[in-house]
Amino acid sequence: MFLHLAVIAALFLAQFAASEYIVLMLTRIMVLAIFAIGYNLLFGYTGLLSLGHAMFFATGLYAAALGTTLMGLTVPAAFAFAVLAGLAVSLVMGVITLRASGVAFMIVTLMFSQAAFLTVLYFGEYTRGDEGIVIPDTIRKFAFLGFDVDLANAVLRYNLALAFLGCAIAFSLLIVRSRIGHILIAIRENETRTSMLGYDVQRYKLAAFVMSGTLSAFSGACYALMFAYAGSTLASIQYSIHPLLWTLLGGASTVLGPVLGTGLMFVLVDLASSYTNANLLMIGVVLILLVLFFPKGILGTIRERYWKWLP
Amino acid sequence: MAAAVLALSALGLSLVFGVMRVVNVAHGEFFMLGAMLAWWTAKMVPGGPLAGFMAALVVAPAAVGFLAFLTERLLLRRIKYDPEATIVATIGLLFVIQQLALSLFGADAKPVAAPFTYRIAFPWFGYSGYKLFVVVASVFILVGVWWVLARTRYGLIMRVTQFDRETATAFGIPVNTVYSAVFVAGAALVAVAAVLIVPIQQAHYLMGLDPLLMSFIVVIIGGLGSIKGSVIAALIIGMADGIISVFFSPTLASIIATLAVALVLVVRPQGLFGVTAR
Amino acid sequence: MADNRPKKHQEDDAMNGSKLIVPKKPGLSRRKAIKLMGAGAAAGLAAGPGFVRYAQAQSSEPIRIGFQVHRTGIGAAYGRWYERTTTAAAALINEQGGINGRKVEIIAEDDGTDPGRGAEVVEKFATQHKCDVGFGTLFSHVVMGSAPRAGELKLPYYVVSEGHHVASTGLNRYTFQPGITDVKSQVIAMAPWIAKNVGKKVCMIYPDFAFGHDHRDYFSAAIKAQGGDVNALIPIPPTESSFTRYFPQIPADTEVIYHVMVGPAVLTFVKELGEHFGSSHPALFGFIDSLEAVDLKSPGLEFLEGSYLWEAYPRFAGASPKPHDTFYREKVGVDANGASVSDAADISTFSHMFGCWETLFILKRAMESAGYQGPADKAKLIEATEAMTSFAEGNEHPQGDKQFNGKIHQCFGHQNITQVKSGVAEVVYRTTIEEGLYEPEGDYTKMAL
Repeated sequence: MFLHLAVIAALFLAQFAASEYIVLMLTRIMVLAIFAIGYNLLFGYTGLLSLGHAMFFATGLYAAALGTTLMGLTVPAAFAFAVLAGLAVSLVMGVITLRASGVAFMIVTLMFSQAAFLTVLYFGEYTRGDEGIVIPDTIRKFAFLGFDVDLANAVLRYNLALAFLGCAIAFSLLIVRSRIGHILIAIRENETRTSMLGYDVQRYKLAAFVMSGTLSAFSGACYALMFAYAGSTLASIQYSIHPLLWTLLGGASTVLGPVLGTGLMFVLVDLASSYTNANLLMIGVVLILLVLFFPKGILGTIRERYWKWLP
Repeated sequence: MAAAVLALSALGLSLVFGVMRVVNVAHGEFFMLGAMLAWWTAKMVPGGPLAGFMAALVVAPAAVGFLAFLTERLLLRRIKYDPEATIVATIGLLFVIQQLALSLFGADAKPVAAPFTYRIAFPWFGYSGYKLFVVVASVFILVGVWWVLARTRYGLIMRVTQFDRETATAFGIPVNTVYSAVFVAGAALVAVAAVLIVPIQQAHYLMGLDPLLMSFIVVIIGGLGSIKGSVIAALIIGMADGIISVFFSPTLASIIATLAVALVLVVRPQGLFGVTAR
Repeated sequence: MADNRPKKHQEDDAMNGSKLIVPKKPGLSRRKAIKLMGAGAAAGLAAGPGFVRYAQAQSSEPIRIGFQVHRTGIGAAYGRWYERTTTAAAALINEQGGINGRKVEIIAEDDGTDPGRGAEVVEKFATQHKCDVGFGTLFSHVVMGSAPRAGELKLPYYVVSEGHHVASTGLNRYTFQPGITDVKSQVIAMAPWIAKNVGKKVCMIYPDFAFGHDHRDYFSAAIKAQGGDVNALIPIPPTESSFTRYFPQIPADTEVIYHVMVGPAVLTFVKELGEHFGSSHPALFGFIDSLEAVDLKSPGLEFLEGSYLWEAYPRFAGASPKPHDTFYREKVGVDANGASVSDAADISTFSHMFGCWETLFILKRAMESAGYQGPADKAKLIEATEAMTSFAEGNEHPQGDKQFNGKIHQCFGHQNITQVKSGVAEVVYRTTIEEGLYEPEGDYTKMAL
């Protein structure tokens, strides 16, 4: 608990010390870390490896982007709409995909995500397909609870992202420490036994799936509204693999792992892009090395060796 | 035509999954590499498209097979063929191979001349003679693989390994060697498919995703690991795809097909023709 | 608003013209955030940290141009040539003494042809590399993803994309496309000639996403205005790698097939079209986009013989090239066939990359007329760019003369229709600029700087 507060405090203080560029990059990292935290709830704690989380991210992304540009929603309403959409989509998807398990689950989620990606293209009249939608600045300025908010403001955006990330971390901690969290971990470790102990395994898996999908959708909504763009690339398979990579790197089934992983991968890609164009190579090599040598990721390994208490 | 190409590119994936119970996500990249090598060989070998084509039929499977051998030894064996870890690791491999192809061969689409060109003219439309050849060649390869699996000692060994790893070990079958061989064979097969297909399409470093997804579809519908199922599924899909796209907008057809496959996998995880997985 | 922050921050805000939120009562996020982090968030918002003042550029420092280049991803084939052209143009500008006495420095970053990474690269240009301008983006989705960031960070952003996004006035005051005509204008300009000389019953085959939809919408309207008719629309999903099964949908009475396929599968497309039709087929009209970086003599492309192509800038120099055409080719390292001088098999993206060259010279002209000294003069640079109206043909604009509309930040040039004869595309018609003009859809100059 203390560690998590310290991380958030450090992120808060970072904006005073870091350069403008780092602040911008951290904003993006924090928004996407929410995506990774959502992913981790399903993958890390429940042991279900989805290859289709881009569809949830895209759900939030497009709910927010189309909600504001076509349906005339205000930004706060668009956030709410995106969360509801994420809830609905992940509920339906969960009911269907959770009938499969193991490798079949991975492929089914991948397939559904691909269908979602094509759907975005199919409704090109509204989504503008690959080219995407720009959310005008006029929409991103709004009044909320007596405040005039302008999402184009870098400082405001940073702190908003931080607040959202804080909520996501708190939510994740809360779940993990609750009874639900223990049951989810029990399912991951031994599904049959958990089921025989009298728990409705399917229902808990669905709960994890919906929480995970909804958080991902929320992250998508943040991304669209804060960075003013939604496009089909952000719904492609690449964006299903990103949260997997980030979570694996930072440490699956640790609360802070996804945050660390997201940040680290961003920094790695950014640094490397000054020297080489082999971004793909780097992502590939990191994935392979992780699987071979650090299947538990950075924080997972630290927990195993030193900090046994790490949630 | 589409069905033959599908069956051929799905064959390797099906074989590997059937025996080893792992999904190789880099399968499409093996395909891409095969196509790239076909282009490269055609460029290097003098004596016209036919000589290049023949050389590619040797070079591409050999090189891709060697890469698969390394992958199996250095990667899959070390993670003990854990199904989920394998998927993650082969996703990594996918990126690595893409980057290498981009760096080594460049980003342009690369056309390869067909070993022969002959257009069969019907009154209404024409058809490429080479495409017909691809269909025939595909049938030969499929029958060949089936024959090896069903009628030879190697096939028996593979089937035993597929049936149960431990029993196989108990019977003195070198399971590790079998795994290696199957993985290499799967990769070599898809490389051959690529060499056959590349004169119809062309080589490009991002071309792997499509055959991968299509192979997934075929293998799933056909039943993971069932070669017979894969072939039937490829035929069905190859034709259904054309028929669906007459009635719906093509993008919608793709969506429907993808959803249908996902639902098949949910409702019948063993596929339409597969036996229940152990 | 009682702003008791340090003076520096107030100045920065004034300089950036940004509005901070106005806290009328304390505590913005009253929920979990506050519980978790105390009142920190609200305090942070008011304190306005994070702004580091731009280092005032010294006159001896180079002008830094952030070049967003597609080195990887789907745009890599184009990116390579965009980079060569840009390097050549920058070298020439420096040879001629730079801009306002300062050298030009190109800072290239790969964006992976990805809008997400593209946006990050723009942020990096503006805040890390302290670039004066951003430049050079081709793919529309990267432009769309990046432009909002450029607008917010007030980084003048000059794209070379041929999309209609800039001219639609849906982007922002900081985004320009002065070096290449947009797709709407290209299509409108050519429709009359097609209707008159090739045929009036047109079947369109196009990729089923935004680029294809632009063609569908603008061309359908334009050909109808000429008394023609689009008799079938065949959209093709981007995941397709074989096209044979779509061809039976082409109506028998088709006079012209209009194709704008893009991506690595286009060669397959043309080949399969050839197999389908054989020697008797409707006339073909295609966008060179399909065949950029592809040799017209590639196996399977024999079918294109006699067909018409749109080219912004003809790849083949022809029998009597103009001196500035020769000059441009020599500087970039391209021969008279549009291939690299060092490798005849290495075909350039000739109809697009000239945009990089011309845009850099436009930038030079705009900076000189604005007396541009450093980022503090950004507003002047924007206004100077908007004030331009035309560019004369010459070494700086080898593709031809152009009109520029400052209100929609878009230029309009001549288009070329070429015909393939023994594997060489020869110009058969060059449109006038007027043929490609349309009513402006908005006005960027009314937006705040």
